[in-house]
Amino acid sequence: MPDLDYRQKAWSAALIVLFFVAWELFCLMTGMSDLVLPRPSQVFVTLVDKFPILWPHILQTLATTMIGFVLGVGLGVVLGAVIGVSKTAYDTAYPLLVGFSSIPKVAVVPIFVLWFGSGSVPAVLTALSICFFPIVVNIATGLATTEPELEDVLKALGASKFDILWNVGLPRTMPFFFASLKVAISYAFVGAVLSETVASNRGIGNVMMTASSNFNVPLVFAGLFVLAGLGVALYVIFSVIEGRVTGWATRKNDMIAT
Amino acid sequence: MMRMQPQSELQDTPVPGSAAPIAIELSEASVTFGRGPRAVPALSTTSLRIADGEFVALVGPSGCGKSTILRLVSGLVQPTSGVVIVGGREVAARALRVGMAFQNPTMLPWMSIERNIMLPLKIVEPFRSQFRRLRKTEFRDKANALLEQVGLKGFGNRYPWQLSGGMLQRANLCRALIHEPRMLLLDEPFGALDQFTREELWSILQDLWIAHKPTVLLVTHDLREAAFLGSRICVMSARPGRILDDSRVDFARPRTVAMTFEPDFVALNQKLRAFIVDARTASAQGAA
Repeated sequence: MPDLDYRQKAWSAALIVLFFVAWELFCLMTGMSDLVLPRPSQVFVTLVDKFPILWPHILQTLATTMIGFVLGVGLGVVLGAVIGVSKTAYDTAYPLLVGFSSIPKVAVVPIFVLWFGSGSVPAVLTALSICFFPIVVNIATGLATTEPELEDVLKALGASKFDILWNVGLPRTMPFFFASLKVAISYAFVGAVLSETVASNRGIGNVMMTASSNFNVPLVFAGLFVLAGLGVALYVIFSVIEGRVTGWATRKNDMIAT
Repeated sequence: MMRMQPQSELQDTPVPGSAAPIAIELSEASVTFGRGPRAVPALSTTSLRIADGEFVALVGPSGCGKSTILRLVSGLVQPTSGVVIVGGREVAARALRVGMAFQNPTMLPWMSIERNIMLPLKIVEPFRSQFRRLRKTEFRDKANALLEQVGLKGFGNRYPWQLSGGMLQRANLCRALIHEPRMLLLDEPFGALDQFTREELWSILQDLWIAHKPTVLLVTHDLREAAFLGSRICVMSARPGRILDDSRVDFARPRTVAMTFEPDFVALNQKLRAFIVDARTASAQGAA
């Protein structure tokens, strides 16, 4: 259904444009001070003006996000696989995991700062600790819900546990995994920025804090726009990868049933 | 590592009409699921010997433990008591070349039909060590040759969800056969198909059996199917099952669907049916 898809995209784009136009008009009509709510056009001008200054901070935030994300995914996959393979491990570890995940991560940042000083390390750790949970849950759920019939096919051939995990468990879990990657990358990003805001002298989060204490409100918003842009970009990248790898799980209209 | 065959009273009774070596032997095997007060007996103490190259059909009322016997032979279930020997080894040793097909085609949805069919080659030696080298050439041709035999030529690149139930079941048969097993375990593989597809697949399976003479153990609840395909039919009682009757079927091969309407064939069907009706009533009275 390419037609519908195309129209859907057009509407989405129109809505985004409409949002900014409405914002611009609202500020102009109410004569809003740019100390409270700058107009989007002002924000864009600031963004372009200050881009050379912002760029290293963007790289910093991206770097801490990605490092935290990669470590979080690694840890999450291993933990998820361990928990998912055994029902006992699943039931035993789940309460502890839920406990960890329930802690608001902003509360953990001061502890990381206490241990490692302010800077990149707490940002990476916050990103890691906030993003690994959805990975663990999704991998574990994917593995734990694998149809026993699928496993029996291999078991009857005398396959080892590893054969079964590799040929059935893991591929079966891929849609869950990639769905959780999209969530996790956004989480990691939030974690990194959060930590930068509280305790760092680099990164977009820090730029926004500094700008706000200088009442440079357009720059605060410029930072916000950068964050939104990066967040969307990361999400899109992982959606595309997901579509490529796990297309078999999301077939809908393209069925050629005979 | 050959094991001494354990003593059993069946030792004296030769497999009916055959001097072939024993492929499958259950001696005094029983299966109980769970323990203590919640234990469910699935199979009463059962002894059964199947000669190499025999085609045995296992029929009986539903839930009688037919599938349990199959799962015992494939090693998916361990006997609670007794011994199961397949190909001269205890099943727990697990070094046999068995092909298995279930009622559900259980194709892996992320693989093309071709790759699904090649799955046993990826697991079972000696193909396993050659898989990387041959999967794009020899093994692939092998898969497609089988697909052609079951009437699915050109469907190798399709994905399971693009095929109908009957087509998937044909592919399932190919997957059970690709590693040239000496033993084929079929658990109601045609159960979910319409009459005509089913009859067509009977003939395909019969041709494959005549060509390669593997030992086949077919679980079914379709008496015509049992009589059409089996060279021997075992009738089981209601749960917990045991074998009530064990008889040979001597119709000439290759059998045709038309033969299933001839008097001899119908009489055999009637006889089998009577056994199962009795078994069902007996279990109903036992429960009352």
